[in-house]
Amino acid sequence: MSHRTIDLEVMRYRPEQDDEPWVQTYKVPCEEDWVVLDALIYVKDNLDGSLSYRWSCHMAVCGSCGMMINGEPALSCKTFIRDLPGDVIRVEPLTNFPIERDLVVVMDDFIEKLQRVKPYIIRDESKPISEGEHRQTPAQLKKFKQYTLCINCLCCYAACPQYALIPEFIGPAALTLAHRYNQDSRDQGWEEREDVVATNEGIWDCAFADACSIVCPKHVDPASAIQQMKISSTLSWYKNLIGLGGKKR
Amino acid sequence: MARSNKPLVWSLFAAGGTLAALLVPALVVVTLVVAYGYLPAALDYQTMHAFAANWLGKVILFVVIALCLWHAAHRLRTALHGLGLRADKWVAKAGYTVAGLGTVFAIVYLLQIH
Repeated sequence: MSHRTIDLEVMRYRPEQDDEPWVQTYKVPCEEDWVVLDALIYVKDNLDGSLSYRWSCHMAVCGSCGMMINGEPALSCKTFIRDLPGDVIRVEPLTNFPIERDLVVVMDDFIEKLQRVKPYIIRDESKPISEGEHRQTPAQLKKFKQYTLCINCLCCYAACPQYALIPEFIGPAALTLAHRYNQDSRDQGWEEREDVVATNEGIWDCAFADACSIVCPKHVDPASAIQQMKISSTLSWYKNLIGLGGKKR
Repeated sequence: MARSNKPLVWSLFAAGGTLAALLVPALVVVTLVVAYGYLPAALDYQTMHAFAANWLGKVILFVVIALCLWHAAHRLRTALHGLGLRADKWVAKAGYTVAGLGTVFAIVYLLQIH
Protein backbone atom coordinates (compact mmCIF):
# COMPACT_ATOMS: atom_id res chain seq x y z
CA MET A 1 0.00 0.00 0.00
CA SER A 2 1.30 3.41 -0.94
CA HIS A 3 2.22 6.01 1.65
CA ARG A 4 1.64 9.69 1.18
CA THR A 5 3.13 12.18 3.61
CA ILE A 6 0.92 15.13 4.33
CA ASP A 7 1.30 18.29 6.35
CA LEU A 8 -1.51 18.10 8.85
CA GLU A 9 -2.19 21.63 10.11
CA VAL A 10 -4.07 21.38 13.39
CA MET A 11 -5.55 24.30 15.25
CA ARG A 12 -4.37 24.08 18.85
CA TYR A 13 -5.77 25.81 21.88
CA ARG A 14 -4.86 24.85 25.43
CA PRO A 15 -6.63 27.35 27.67
CA GLU A 16 -4.10 27.03 30.51
CA GLN A 17 -1.16 28.10 28.33
CA ASP A 18 -2.43 29.64 25.06
CA ASP A 19 -3.86 33.14 24.83
CA GLU A 20 -5.44 32.36 21.49
CA PRO A 21 -5.70 29.47 19.03
CA TRP A 22 -2.66 28.77 16.87
CA VAL A 23 -1.75 26.27 14.17
CA GLN A 24 0.67 23.38 14.65
CA THR A 25 1.84 21.38 11.64
CA TYR A 26 2.60 17.66 11.83
CA LYS A 27 4.14 15.52 9.11
CA VAL A 28 1.97 12.42 8.86
CA PRO A 29 2.75 9.40 6.64
CA CYS A 30 -0.72 8.31 5.54
CA GLU A 31 -1.94 5.00 4.17
CA GLU A 32 -4.10 4.94 1.04
CA ASP A 33 -7.26 4.06 2.98
CA TRP A 34 -6.86 6.57 5.79
CA VAL A 35 -9.47 9.10 6.79
CA VAL A 36 -8.56 12.41 8.48
CA LEU A 37 -9.34 10.88 11.87
CA ASP A 38 -6.66 8.21 11.27
CA ALA A 39 -4.12 10.98 10.74
CA LEU A 40 -5.15 12.62 14.02
CA ILE A 41 -4.90 9.29 15.83
CA TYR A 42 -1.42 8.84 14.32
CA VAL A 43 -0.39 12.23 15.71
CA LYS A 44 -1.79 11.45 19.14
CA ASP A 45 -0.12 7.99 19.27
CA ASN A 46 3.23 8.84 17.71
CA LEU A 47 3.96 12.55 17.60
CA ASP A 48 2.11 14.54 20.25
CA GLY A 49 0.06 12.96 23.02
CA SER A 50 -1.21 16.33 24.16
CA LEU A 51 -3.53 16.77 21.14
CA SER A 52 -7.22 16.73 22.08
CA TYR A 53 -10.12 15.76 19.80
CA ARG A 54 -13.37 13.86 20.16
CA TRP A 55 -14.03 10.54 18.50
CA SER A 56 -15.62 7.23 19.27
CA CYS A 57 -17.04 4.96 16.59
CA HIS A 58 -14.83 5.67 13.54
CA MET A 59 -17.80 4.78 11.31
CA ALA A 60 -20.04 7.90 11.00
CA VAL A 61 -22.48 6.72 13.62
CA CYS A 62 -21.57 8.47 16.87
CA GLY A 63 -21.31 12.06 15.63
CA SER A 64 -18.33 12.94 17.85
CA CYS A 65 -15.66 13.82 15.30
CA GLY A 66 -17.24 16.72 13.43
CA MET A 67 -14.63 19.38 12.67
CA MET A 68 -13.62 21.88 10.00
CA ILE A 69 -11.56 20.09 7.36
CA ASN A 70 -10.01 22.50 4.87
CA GLY A 71 -12.62 25.00 6.00
CA GLU A 72 -15.68 22.76 5.53
CA PRO A 73 -17.56 21.12 8.40
CA ALA A 74 -17.33 17.33 8.08
CA LEU A 75 -16.91 14.11 10.03
CA SER A 76 -13.20 13.38 10.18
CA CYS A 77 -13.98 9.62 10.14
CA LYS A 78 -15.82 9.95 6.82
CA THR A 79 -13.39 12.24 5.01
CA PHE A 80 -10.77 10.24 3.11
CA ILE A 81 -7.35 11.84 2.80
CA ARG A 82 -7.07 10.59 -0.80
CA ASP A 83 -10.17 12.67 -1.66
CA LEU A 84 -8.55 15.92 -0.48
CA PRO A 85 -6.43 17.91 -2.92
CA GLY A 86 -2.77 18.72 -2.25
CA ASP A 87 -0.53 17.55 0.55
CA VAL A 88 -1.64 20.08 3.16
CA ILE A 89 -4.75 19.40 5.20
CA ARG A 90 -6.04 21.92 7.72
CA VAL A 91 -8.23 20.76 10.62
CA GLU A 92 -9.91 23.19 12.98
CA PRO A 93 -12.63 22.96 15.61
CA LEU A 94 -16.21 23.43 14.38
CA THR A 95 -16.79 27.10 13.72
CA ASN A 96 -19.59 29.02 15.51
CA PHE A 97 -18.80 27.23 18.79
CA PRO A 98 -16.48 28.19 21.66
CA ILE A 99 -13.33 26.05 21.82
CA GLU A 100 -12.96 23.85 24.88
CA ARG A 101 -9.50 22.58 23.94
CA ASP A 102 -7.76 22.00 20.58
CA LEU A 103 -10.42 20.43 18.32
CA VAL A 104 -12.96 19.99 21.09
CA VAL A 105 -15.83 22.51 21.12
CA VAL A 106 -18.25 23.50 23.88
CA MET A 107 -21.65 22.01 22.95
CA ASP A 108 -23.69 23.43 25.87
CA ASP A 109 -25.64 25.85 23.67
CA PHE A 110 -26.82 23.04 21.39
CA ILE A 111 -27.68 20.68 24.25
CA GLU A 112 -29.80 23.38 25.89
CA LYS A 113 -31.64 24.05 22.61
CA LEU A 114 -32.09 20.35 21.94
CA GLN A 115 -33.84 19.93 25.29
CA ARG A 116 -35.98 22.98 24.68
CA VAL A 117 -37.63 21.53 21.54
CA LYS A 118 -38.82 18.45 23.51
CA PRO A 119 -37.34 15.77 21.25
CA TYR A 120 -39.38 12.88 22.61
CA ILE A 121 -42.89 11.49 22.13
CA ILE A 122 -45.51 13.52 23.97
CA ARG A 123 -48.95 11.99 24.61
CA ASP A 124 -52.02 13.67 26.05
CA GLU A 125 -52.73 10.44 27.88
CA SER A 126 -50.35 7.53 27.82
CA LYS A 127 -51.85 4.27 26.68
CA PRO A 128 -51.88 1.46 29.26
CA ILE A 129 -49.42 -1.29 28.43
CA SER A 130 -52.30 -3.78 28.39
CA GLU A 131 -53.66 -2.10 25.26
CA GLY A 132 -50.52 -3.02 23.40
CA GLU A 133 -48.04 -1.03 21.37
CA HIS A 134 -48.63 2.01 19.17
CA ARG A 135 -48.63 0.55 15.68
CA GLN A 136 -47.33 2.41 12.69
CA THR A 137 -47.60 1.76 8.98
CA PRO A 138 -44.52 1.89 6.73
CA ALA A 139 -45.97 5.08 5.21
CA GLN A 140 -46.25 6.71 8.64
CA LEU A 141 -42.67 5.69 9.46
CA LYS A 142 -41.41 7.05 6.14
CA LYS A 143 -42.69 10.54 7.03
CA PHE A 144 -40.05 11.02 9.71
CA LYS A 145 -37.47 8.24 9.39
CA GLN A 146 -34.97 10.41 7.51
CA TYR A 147 -34.95 12.91 10.39
CA THR A 148 -34.15 10.19 12.94
CA LEU A 149 -30.77 9.69 11.28
CA CYS A 150 -29.30 12.86 12.83
CA ILE A 151 -26.25 12.04 14.96
CA ASN A 152 -25.88 15.52 16.51
CA CYS A 153 -22.45 16.03 14.95
CA LEU A 154 -23.16 19.79 14.71
CA CYS A 155 -21.72 20.13 11.20
CA CYS A 156 -24.99 21.88 10.28
CA TYR A 157 -24.50 24.53 12.98
CA ALA A 158 -20.97 25.18 11.76
CA ALA A 159 -22.29 25.60 8.21
CA CYS A 160 -25.33 27.73 9.08
CA PRO A 161 -24.84 31.43 8.20
CA GLN A 162 -27.84 32.39 10.33
CA TYR A 163 -26.50 30.65 13.45
CA ALA A 164 -23.23 32.49 12.86
CA LEU A 165 -25.12 35.81 12.83
CA ILE A 166 -27.73 35.06 15.50
CA PRO A 167 -26.49 32.89 18.40
CA GLU A 168 -30.07 32.65 19.77
CA PHE A 169 -31.22 30.79 16.63
CA ILE A 170 -32.32 27.30 17.69
CA GLY A 171 -30.63 25.99 14.58
CA PRO A 172 -30.88 23.12 12.10
CA ALA A 173 -30.40 19.90 14.09
CA ALA A 174 -32.61 20.83 17.06
CA LEU A 175 -35.41 22.12 14.80
CA THR A 176 -35.16 18.99 12.68
CA LEU A 177 -35.54 16.82 15.77
CA ALA A 178 -38.66 18.81 16.69
CA HIS A 179 -40.00 18.14 13.20
CA ARG A 180 -39.11 14.45 13.53
CA TYR A 181 -41.42 14.12 16.56
CA ASN A 182 -44.10 16.39 15.07
CA GLN A 183 -44.26 14.03 12.08
CA ASP A 184 -44.49 10.88 14.24
CA SER A 185 -48.02 9.45 14.17
CA ARG A 186 -47.65 8.41 17.83
CA ASP A 187 -46.91 11.96 18.96
CA GLN A 188 -49.37 14.60 20.19
CA GLY A 189 -46.90 17.31 21.20
CA TRP A 190 -47.13 19.62 18.19
CA GLU A 191 -48.80 22.48 20.13
CA GLU A 192 -46.21 22.33 22.91
CA ARG A 193 -43.31 22.34 20.49
CA GLU A 194 -44.91 25.06 18.40
CA ASP A 195 -44.54 27.48 21.33
CA VAL A 196 -40.78 26.91 21.11
CA VAL A 197 -40.16 26.57 17.39
CA ALA A 198 -42.70 28.97 15.82
CA THR A 199 -40.78 31.92 17.25
CA ASN A 200 -38.33 34.38 15.77
CA GLU A 201 -35.49 32.39 17.36
CA GLY A 202 -36.97 29.17 15.99
CA ILE A 203 -37.87 28.40 12.40
CA TRP A 204 -38.31 32.07 11.46
CA ASP A 205 -34.60 32.85 11.81
CA CYS A 206 -33.88 30.32 9.07
CA ALA A 207 -33.21 32.07 5.75
CA PHE A 208 -33.10 28.79 3.79
CA ALA A 209 -29.47 29.02 2.74
CA ASP A 210 -29.53 25.18 2.60
CA ALA A 211 -25.94 24.95 3.89
CA CYS A 212 -27.04 22.58 6.67
CA SER A 213 -28.40 20.05 4.18
CA ILE A 214 -25.34 20.34 1.95
CA VAL A 215 -22.87 19.47 4.72
CA CYS A 216 -25.00 16.92 6.60
CA PRO A 217 -23.01 13.65 6.59
CA LYS A 218 -26.18 11.61 7.20
CA HIS A 219 -28.32 13.26 4.46
CA VAL A 220 -30.92 14.29 7.02
CA ASP A 221 -31.82 17.45 5.05
CA PRO A 222 -32.57 19.83 7.94
CA ALA A 223 -33.46 22.64 5.53
CA SER A 224 -36.43 20.68 4.19
CA ALA A 225 -37.60 19.92 7.73
CA ILE A 226 -37.52 23.61 8.63
CA GLN A 227 -39.33 24.69 5.46
CA GLN A 228 -42.05 22.09 6.12
CA MET A 229 -42.40 23.50 9.63
CA LYS A 230 -42.71 27.01 8.21
CA ILE A 231 -45.61 25.86 6.04
CA SER A 232 -47.46 24.10 8.88
CA SER A 233 -46.83 27.02 11.26
CA THR A 234 -48.12 29.48 8.67
CA LEU A 235 -51.31 27.46 8.16
CA SER A 236 -51.83 27.35 11.91
CA TRP A 237 -51.14 31.12 12.18
CA TYR A 238 -53.88 31.86 9.62
CA LYS A 239 -56.24 29.41 11.32
CA ASN A 240 -55.71 31.20 14.62
CA LEU A 241 -56.22 34.54 12.86
CA ILE A 242 -59.68 33.60 11.64
CA GLY A 243 -60.56 31.87 14.89
CA LEU A 244 -60.23 28.29 13.71
CA GLY A 245 -57.17 27.60 15.84
CA GLY A 246 -56.99 24.61 18.12
CA LYS A 247 -56.77 24.88 21.86
CA LYS A 248 -55.49 28.19 23.16
CA ARG A 249 -52.62 28.21 25.60
CA MET B 1 -41.33 33.00 23.89
CA ALA B 2 -44.21 34.39 21.88
CA ARG B 3 -45.07 32.84 18.58
CA SER B 4 -43.85 34.93 15.67
CA ASN B 5 -46.03 36.96 13.33
CA LYS B 6 -43.63 36.31 10.46
CA PRO B 7 -46.06 33.82 8.87
CA LEU B 8 -47.90 36.84 7.43
CA VAL B 9 -44.96 38.18 5.45
CA TRP B 10 -43.48 34.75 4.87
CA SER B 11 -46.64 33.38 3.26
CA LEU B 12 -46.74 36.35 0.85
CA PHE B 13 -43.01 35.84 0.23
CA ALA B 14 -43.44 32.11 -0.41
CA ALA B 15 -46.47 32.57 -2.67
CA GLY B 16 -44.73 35.37 -4.56
CA GLY B 17 -41.59 33.29 -4.92
CA THR B 18 -43.47 30.34 -6.35
CA LEU B 19 -45.31 32.60 -8.76
CA ALA B 20 -42.15 34.48 -9.77
CA ALA B 21 -40.26 31.23 -10.35
CA LEU B 22 -43.00 30.09 -12.72
CA LEU B 23 -43.69 33.41 -14.46
CA VAL B 24 -40.46 35.38 -14.58
CA PRO B 25 -38.67 33.15 -17.12
CA ALA B 26 -41.73 33.36 -19.39
CA LEU B 27 -41.94 37.14 -18.91
CA VAL B 28 -38.25 37.52 -19.76
CA VAL B 29 -38.70 35.52 -22.96
CA VAL B 30 -41.83 37.47 -23.93
CA THR B 31 -40.11 40.80 -23.21
CA LEU B 32 -37.10 39.80 -25.32
CA VAL B 33 -39.30 38.62 -28.17
CA VAL B 34 -41.17 41.93 -28.16
CA ALA B 35 -37.96 43.94 -27.75
CA TYR B 36 -36.58 42.30 -30.90
CA GLY B 37 -39.56 43.60 -32.85
CA TYR B 38 -41.82 40.59 -33.02
CA LEU B 39 -45.23 41.57 -31.64
CA PRO B 40 -47.74 38.71 -31.60
CA ALA B 41 -51.37 39.77 -31.94
CA ALA B 42 -52.08 38.55 -28.39
CA LEU B 43 -49.67 41.19 -27.04
CA ASP B 44 -50.83 44.31 -28.92
CA TYR B 45 -52.18 47.27 -26.99
CA GLN B 46 -55.87 46.60 -27.67
CA THR B 47 -55.70 42.99 -26.51
CA MET B 48 -53.67 43.81 -23.39
CA HIS B 49 -56.03 46.69 -22.56
CA ALA B 50 -59.02 44.41 -22.94
CA PHE B 51 -57.30 41.86 -20.69
CA ALA B 52 -56.76 44.48 -17.97
CA ALA B 53 -60.32 45.75 -18.37
CA ASN B 54 -61.74 42.31 -17.72
CA TRP B 55 -62.35 41.42 -14.06
CA LEU B 56 -60.54 38.11 -14.24
CA GLY B 57 -57.65 39.86 -16.00
CA LYS B 58 -57.53 42.47 -13.22
CA VAL B 59 -57.39 39.77 -10.54
CA ILE B 60 -54.58 37.94 -12.34
CA LEU B 61 -52.55 41.13 -12.86
CA PHE B 62 -53.13 42.19 -9.24
CA VAL B 63 -52.04 38.84 -7.81
CA VAL B 64 -48.88 38.79 -9.94
CA ILE B 65 -47.89 42.39 -9.15
CA ALA B 66 -48.68 42.34 -5.43
CA LEU B 67 -47.19 38.93 -4.62
CA CYS B 68 -43.99 39.70 -6.56
CA LEU B 69 -43.63 42.97 -4.62
CA TRP B 70 -44.04 41.22 -1.26
CA HIS B 71 -41.64 38.53 -2.35
CA ALA B 72 -39.04 41.13 -3.32
CA ALA B 73 -39.46 43.03 -0.04
CA HIS B 74 -38.90 39.95 2.12
CA ARG B 75 -36.09 38.62 -0.07
CA LEU B 76 -34.29 41.98 0.17
CA ARG B 77 -34.78 41.94 3.95
CA THR B 78 -33.15 38.52 4.40
CA ALA B 79 -30.48 39.25 1.78
CA LEU B 80 -29.44 42.54 3.41
CA HIS B 81 -29.32 40.87 6.82
CA GLY B 82 -27.19 38.10 5.33
CA LEU B 83 -24.88 40.70 3.79
CA GLY B 84 -24.28 42.17 7.22
CA LEU B 85 -26.63 45.14 7.38
CA ARG B 86 -27.74 45.32 11.02
CA ALA B 87 -30.91 47.38 10.61
CA ASP B 88 -33.52 44.68 10.17
CA LYS B 89 -36.35 46.76 11.65
CA TRP B 90 -35.81 49.64 9.25
CA VAL B 91 -35.18 47.45 6.23
CA ALA B 92 -38.36 45.52 7.01
CA LYS B 93 -40.40 48.69 7.48
CA ALA B 94 -39.08 50.29 4.27
CA GLY B 95 -39.49 47.13 2.16
CA TYR B 96 -42.96 46.26 3.38
CA THR B 97 -44.08 49.89 3.03
CA VAL B 98 -43.02 49.91 -0.62
CA ALA B 99 -44.73 46.56 -1.18
CA GLY B 100 -47.87 47.83 0.60
CA LEU B 101 -47.94 51.05 -1.45
CA GLY B 102 -47.39 49.05 -4.62
CA THR B 103 -50.28 46.80 -3.68
CA VAL B 104 -52.56 49.79 -3.11
CA PHE B 105 -51.45 51.51 -6.35
CA ALA B 106 -51.99 48.28 -8.26
CA ILE B 107 -55.59 48.19 -7.03
CA VAL B 108 -56.17 51.89 -7.78
CA TYR B 109 -54.73 51.81 -11.30
CA LEU B 110 -56.26 48.47 -12.25
CA LEU B 111 -59.68 49.78 -11.23
CA GLN B 112 -59.20 52.79 -13.52
CA ILE B 113 -58.83 50.61 -16.62
CA HIS B 114 -62.17 50.15 -18.28
